[in-house]
Amino acid sequence: MAASISPPADLSAALVLTPSMASEWLVILPVAWCLAVGALLVMLRRSLGLQPVTAIAGLAGLVMIDGLLLERVATNGPMTMVMGRWLPPFGIAFTVDLTGALFALVAASVALAAGVFSLTDINDSGRRYGFYPLLMVLMAGVSGAFLTGDIFNLYVWFEVLLISSFGLLVLGSEREQLDGTVKYGFLNLVATTLFLVATGYLYAVFGTLNMADIARKAESLRDSAPLMTLVGLYVLAFGMKAAAFPVNFWLPASYHTPRVVVSALFAGLLTKVGIYALIRVTVMLFPVEREEMSFVVALAGALTMIVGVLGALAQTDFRRILGYLIVSGIGSILAGVAVGGPGGVGGAIFYALHSMLVMTGLYFASGIAMRLGASASIITLAGLYRRHVGFAALTLMLCFAVSGLPPFSGFWPKVMLVKAALDIGAWWLAAALLLTGFLTTIVTGRLFLFAYWRDEADQSGEAVPVSAVSLAPLAALTLLALLIGLYPDPLLGAIQRAAAGLAEPSAYLNSVFPAGGSQ
Amino acid sequence: MEAWFSLLVSIFFTVAVYLLLSKFIIRVLLGVAILGNAVNLLIFTGGRLTRAVPPVIAGDADVLAGPAANALPQALILTAIVISFSFFAFLLVLAWRAYDELATDNTDEMRVAEPVNEPAPPLGY
Repeated sequence: MAASISPPADLSAALVLTPSMASEWLVILPVAWCLAVGALLVMLRRSLGLQPVTAIAGLAGLVMIDGLLLERVATNGPMTMVMGRWLPPFGIAFTVDLTGALFALVAASVALAAGVFSLTDINDSGRRYGFYPLLMVLMAGVSGAFLTGDIFNLYVWFEVLLISSFGLLVLGSEREQLDGTVKYGFLNLVATTLFLVATGYLYAVFGTLNMADIARKAESLRDSAPLMTLVGLYVLAFGMKAAAFPVNFWLPASYHTPRVVVSALFAGLLTKVGIYALIRVTVMLFPVEREEMSFVVALAGALTMIVGVLGALAQTDFRRILGYLIVSGIGSILAGVAVGGPGGVGGAIFYALHSMLVMTGLYFASGIAMRLGASASIITLAGLYRRHVGFAALTLMLCFAVSGLPPFSGFWPKVMLVKAALDIGAWWLAAALLLTGFLTTIVTGRLFLFAYWRDEADQSGEAVPVSAVSLAPLAALTLLALLIGLYPDPLLGAIQRAAAGLAEPSAYLNSVFPAGGSQ
Repeated sequence: MEAWFSLLVSIFFTVAVYLLLSKFIIRVLLGVAILGNAVNLLIFTGGRLTRAVPPVIAGDADVLAGPAANALPQALILTAIVISFSFFAFLLVLAWRAYDELATDNTDEMRVAEPVNEPAPPLGY
């Protein structure tokens, strides 16, 4: 074991008694805030009217905190907060760089939209079951996963978000939900256990769990330790979390069963946490191993794309179509991770952020469509365009975005990924990306044609009003997708810097170990 | 010592994977429980196994006197035990509820969320 041969560490350097600066607390504030609001919501469990108000205010606060954090990180570089002044690698560090801050901000915005949408989707029994506390704890887990700088801590946040996602998934305990949760629950638990196996080996090899410390030490251990096995385990575990082929079938089996707002939240957040962890571990910690595994990851990515979109073509249920589209999007992100470099990693991050916004929006649309048409199947859904033109227009824009058509947010990451794939000569990967875009257009086109464009058989269906409360989050997400598509420069600049920071993590290391650090 | 433990862990993993591949939920549950223990033993082995000295630093010293087991993996296992125990409890209740509601614990027959005879998507209108 490597830990036994390392020289005795100088512990005096680790314990510093000066308290943390107040500004450093910003790094951990998103997590603490979510837990505090979640606890408050548990106390308010009897006043069902107060719960949604508190939760939405809490989520709006989270968006502001994450926005402030992103602004700080963008100007000052990565920030680190250490609990109890036990300096890394001994203490648990929360380190946030541009990638983590971007993901956290988009996740918080998606959750805020879901919070507003839940006003019309979660009834009193859902509130009594604890939808809002579970939502806040889920956000604590998601934020913690994006902001932590310690790999075992990452595992803990994964578990926090997993247990609250179980609660959200069975909310209502209908037969369909129980069936979906059984598959979701077992497979995700196996995935996190695999993650723990990999972390156990990692500790045995490195003797440290701090990501910055691992990134420093990886170079010297490359010849003596089985790092490929480690990275393979991590890729398998995170690939399973992110629903990559061939370990993706739990997602379409479960994502269409819960309440619409829960599906929308999951679509935006859960697989993206897996992708974030995959990017963090492969790109930042083990770049050489990523290079060696790139063919396998690229193959998995291409198959995920194709299998996902073909699955979507074969479905009739609105939400199951979307479930398969999530899978296909994950394939595009994996392709970016496999290609690497600024174009590949940047494209992967961009695609993930875009997918968070757009897939959540599409699930909102499915909820409104199911309410308008009283059905979830595109065989029976019809005439939605006639019933609500504005809603149909919003859905069409999101359909364009998910297919990667300009001028929406899906276009730019697709361009980046195709270009990056062609640059390294992986023409088959670029072809798979383009073919997936084409097939996705057919999927969404058919969805729109049948559910929205087609005239109803009987014209007696009267117009059902759509409340502004459920249209507003959909419109907001669509507007964001359009804005990113029309004016991608600021986000693109941030993403390029984020990708560069992952490829060359010296700023990250400096933030964790100021002035070279111990040892 | 480590070699024997590695062997034990590998047996645990084999049994766990075998049970996880079953289609009956009750066996999968047993597999999950064994898998959790396999991982805990794995981390435990990763932190050195020795009976020599407890990892306690004397009052006038900065570092340990002799070779000792690393205490950190034990802290990690403690966290992992709590988490896997709570998850196991959740899954146990979920499996019971699913058995109650769906009247089967055979995953081949649990097709409520993904019906077998779904109509094909329309080809034209």
